[in-house]
Amino acid sequence: MSDLTTARQMAASVTARSVSATELIEVSLAAIAERDGEISAFNLVTADDARRQAAVIDARLAAGEEVGPLAGVPIALKDNLCTRGVPTTCSSKILDGWRPPYDATVVERLAAAGAISVGKTNLDEFAMGSSTENSAFGPTRNPHDTSRVPGGSSGGSAAAVAAGYVPLSLGSDTGGSIRQPAALCGVVGVKPTYGLVSRYGLVAFASSLDQIGPFANSVSDAALLLEVIAGHDARDSTSIPQPVADLSAHLDDGVAGLRVGIVNEFMVDGIADDVRRQTHAAAEALAAAGAIVGEASVPAAAYGLGAYYLIAPAEASSNLARYDGVRFGLRVDANNTPDMYDETRTAGFGDEVKRRIMLGTYALSAGYYDAYYGTAQKVRSLIRRDFDRAYEQYDVLLSPTSPTTAFALGDKTADPLTMYLNDICTIPTNLAGHPAMSVPFGVGDDGLPIGVQIMAPMLGEVTMFRAAAVLEGAAPAGSTTNRVTR
Amino acid sequence: MSSELPNGWKMVIGLEVHTELATETKLFSGSANHFGGEPNTQLDPVSLGLPGSLPVLNERAVELAIRIGLALNCVVQRSVFARKNYFYPDQPKDFQISQYELPINGEGHLDLPDGSTVGITRAHLEEDTGKSSHMGSGGGRIHDAEYTLVDYNRAGVPLLEIVSEPDMRTAEQAKVYVTELRSILVAVRASDGKMEEGSMRVDANVSVRRSDNDPFGTRCEIKNVNSIRSLGRAIDFEARRQIDLLEAGESIRQETRHWNEDEGRTVTLRSKEEATDYRYFPEPDLVELDPDPAWIEEIRAALPMLPRERRLQLTARTGASTEASSLIVERGLDEMVLAALDAGGDPGRLITHAQQLSDDRAVGLDPSAFAELSTMESSGAISATQAKTVLARMVDTGEQPSAIAADLGFEAMASNELETIVDGLIAAHADEWAKFVAGEQKVMGFFVGAVMKATGGKADGKAVSAILNQRRG
Repeated sequence: MSDLTTARQMAASVTARSVSATELIEVSLAAIAERDGEISAFNLVTADDARRQAAVIDARLAAGEEVGPLAGVPIALKDNLCTRGVPTTCSSKILDGWRPPYDATVVERLAAAGAISVGKTNLDEFAMGSSTENSAFGPTRNPHDTSRVPGGSSGGSAAAVAAGYVPLSLGSDTGGSIRQPAALCGVVGVKPTYGLVSRYGLVAFASSLDQIGPFANSVSDAALLLEVIAGHDARDSTSIPQPVADLSAHLDDGVAGLRVGIVNEFMVDGIADDVRRQTHAAAEALAAAGAIVGEASVPAAAYGLGAYYLIAPAEASSNLARYDGVRFGLRVDANNTPDMYDETRTAGFGDEVKRRIMLGTYALSAGYYDAYYGTAQKVRSLIRRDFDRAYEQYDVLLSPTSPTTAFALGDKTADPLTMYLNDICTIPTNLAGHPAMSVPFGVGDDGLPIGVQIMAPMLGEVTMFRAAAVLEGAAPAGSTTNRVTR
Repeated sequence: MSSELPNGWKMVIGLEVHTELATETKLFSGSANHFGGEPNTQLDPVSLGLPGSLPVLNERAVELAIRIGLALNCVVQRSVFARKNYFYPDQPKDFQISQYELPINGEGHLDLPDGSTVGITRAHLEEDTGKSSHMGSGGGRIHDAEYTLVDYNRAGVPLLEIVSEPDMRTAEQAKVYVTELRSILVAVRASDGKMEEGSMRVDANVSVRRSDNDPFGTRCEIKNVNSIRSLGRAIDFEARRQIDLLEAGESIRQETRHWNEDEGRTVTLRSKEEATDYRYFPEPDLVELDPDPAWIEEIRAALPMLPRERRLQLTARTGASTEASSLIVERGLDEMVLAALDAGGDPGRLITHAQQLSDDRAVGLDPSAFAELSTMESSGAISATQAKTVLARMVDTGEQPSAIAADLGFEAMASNELETIVDGLIAAHADEWAKFVAGEQKVMGFFVGAVMKATGGKADGKAVSAILNQRRG
């Protein structure tokens, strides 16, 4: 089974019954058992459930049934995706003991496609962070160098793929929470167009920005997973009522004639030299494959970080109000209800979550709303407009994903603002609602992975994946995690 | 309490009416919207505000909101849902999804039966809360409760908040406004209008001033008014409270006040300074609501005739008084009465009977049977008294009037037979007859009663009176 590295190969082999789902799951569980004590990618490994599901899939295949495009493929789920009867914590104490009575839409779709969840992965509490250090369960470590962070907030899902536990995982991306850890862990990470993947069952951080997306070892696997989870869902009013494009069919279309713009605003001071170098190298690789490469400008993107840190906390302050000790999760008893609220929330939320709730509450307060939330929304409109203008000239845009390679644990926890700068290249696309993905492209001076970001206009996934596939093919040796042995 | 305020003071009233919409399911989820279920049985992840759940707008609620808006002559417009943030145990998400800057129904107006018009500021969609019961010795207040029980069945039930302009000038006018509004809600089948079940709730903003030409005074909002009668009492009390303060040289604090029905007074609930900053912002989980103009026109075309037009129509076609028409329309019997009229019924008798039909099942009366009853009566085949008995049984069993009359042995008495009986009774009661002849009118009742007894109720009371008057000369 050592040749089974991609999800496509695994599903094909399971479907052909040359390997059983049970065998794949055992390999995955063994890898987790062997190394996750050190990495801590998982908050919870659902070994028994996974074995049970594998047995069911094997039985269905034995009975001649069709199982689906992800038949028997082990997958890890970020622990902010609701799983029926299985604890869903958001890496927060405040959800202690809560078991959702329902599955997220993406979880249902994975099951329908034959995928098998092996567990729930660590994240920055409520997806607020860029290092997976803000977790009630402790930090996740980067499989490439365990003294380093995996990025965040979907650090557990990125690490689970990078460590070779699973070929696929799901994360959520509000300001870069899939792309940045993908870059730091050397895997592919995709933030789809806002509305392409249903958010039903994703515990909300900032509703207008949150989007679920895949992590994978390859562009092709990421496309396969996105095809499974994408598509209209009547339970999410912001879901786009449109059929999903066939990404897989166009992966090999190449980039001849494709117009690619390097975004000037994302190549500024603060982006490490090695990261800038690899981004240029990626542009050259695309040019060598026939793309027309130029410089693009998205002027308002320079204000993206500021706008994001008003809009996202504002929505979060409202989304996280429901954690009040009344109906689910943690309750710290007190003499009366208002005190119970205070004590529960004080004990249940970590510092970063509290910081953002306060920031957001302030931004929405009477007398400040126009200056903060109102202005941020205007900036958001300008960013969207500037991207739209850039896409009149270019089919896709290119930039670094993260300003640096993976940094050391504890390096940026003392200064939240330094931590926030990690998402400077990723945040603007969330504000615009556009798709973007990170593809591994070489390593930095420290030998750690570097990811480049490909951005596309609304529903431009087909073109984005075409460019990603070319980059993947042109990437220097050692750019992907397939070398992680088991 | 007289409606006239002391020393020439004038009051100004604006009303906020919350009405639950008569949908099958909640505003943003598929749980049932039915009153009176076992606590916490009409739930789902959305109405409990569980993490990861998302609202999906109920199209039927939108349709009902538009119906009401059109009936109130409102501009139906593009609208945006917003979150109103505040912590309370019966608010599952600790925010309420409402509409803030852009309501579905903009300006409109409501014409009252007395010819006055009250402006409608807006009528917007929002979700209801659950119900909290604060237990223990704290007097039902959250801060002092030993524990609080919450029923979330009502959480997420669709509401339309109908906000009036401060156009009302008396408590009576406010009562008439609510009465008329309620009959419109029922007529367009958007709500059952039951104040006692809380499906319609009224908050009153009251202020006073010396003269109708003065600027508005500082207003207070009165909550917890549970009937139209209480509304009148609460407004009158509040106006007088404000006048007493002003006449004593004090000023009015803008505040929310709670109507205490048992004590008949309003008490401070919270001052303006204590008011929550709701931190409204657009609800990111929902998209803009922009109803197709063709759909709005479809809804407009399907609107039933409104109470005001129905009253005018009933009066015009039957000669019924304004009061009679109001009563019949309010009970929803006008359509049946008009159908009976078309079937050849006697208009006067139809109206007389319809006014007395307080049984809810009367709406289901067969108009042609009702018409037949009225003609049996006008032709003298049965007496008015007998007709009443027959009608009650028609409502009860749905039988035909002729069958009921035959079964009960009802037949009007021939007038000569009746005269013989009356004359016999006059002879037998000479003293009473003398009193009657002397002008003691109440003795008439004695003779009518005696005739009824003698005939087993078959006599027509009016015919008996006529004979008695004729004999007196």
